[in-house]
Amino acid sequence: MKLAVLIHEGPYNHEASDSAYNFINAAIEKGHEIRGIFFYHDGVYNVTKLMEPPQDDRHIANRWSELGAKGIDIVVCIAAAKRRGIVDDVLVDNVRISGLGQLTMMAIEADRMVTFGD
Amino acid sequence: MSDDIKKIMFTVRNAPHGSIYVYEGLEVKLIMAAYDADISVVFMDDGVYALQQGQNTTELGIKGFEATYGVLVDYEIDKVYVDKKSMEDRGMTVEDLVVIGEDEDTEEPIKPTVIDADEIGKMMAEQHNILPF
Repeated sequence: MKLAVLIHEGPYNHEASDSAYNFINAAIEKGHEIRGIFFYHDGVYNVTKLMEPPQDDRHIANRWSELGAKGIDIVVCIAAAKRRGIVDDVLVDNVRISGLGQLTMMAIEADRMVTFGD
Repeated sequence: MSDDIKKIMFTVRNAPHGSIYVYEGLEVKLIMAAYDADISVVFMDDGVYALQQGQNTTELGIKGFEATYGVLVDYEIDKVYVDKKSMEDRGMTVEDLVVIGEDEDTEEPIKPTVIDADEIGKMMAEQHNILPF
């Protein structure tokens, strides 16, 4: 199945981002295709390289960047990002800023879109 | 419309103010309307408050967006539904609902369609994707 993932919440404060990450890895392992990952609302905070968690904690932004390096299209909503001060310069590698049209294309092209967060 | 057109439903369950979900969700609907998809929107739980007429956000110090609902039909989003029980539980009636556009021929105002949970459930079962905001 072709899946897309929409993430509404920021990192650390809410489990949504961790659940999405685990879901995506499990889906890939089962042979599903990830059409794309879209960060919206506070979800845009997931992929800033400014974050510096303690060494014994998971590094959420790096995890997304590593998934992106595998060729998964990871998109940060430009409107949501601008509102929150997230710009290209602060993004980790392998993710990109684009518009809600990209979310639309993911929703249309994927068999299912799964949302994480309130 | 071709048979393989994607059916995408938005659900709105949060109150319109106090969080940004409903407002940023509205932005998604307006963008998505420009694409070839079968869009529907269902307001339920506290989401029905988003459809209440006469909202005034001045005291909150935030930008209101009630007026934007008035262009939904112009954006060809006319499948706008509101859950009957959620509305009744909150003491709202059809009279309280915002107008989402007007009929091209009669110029009559169009309001969201009140339906019950069974009908919403049936519609949900037919969707390809359901996006909650």
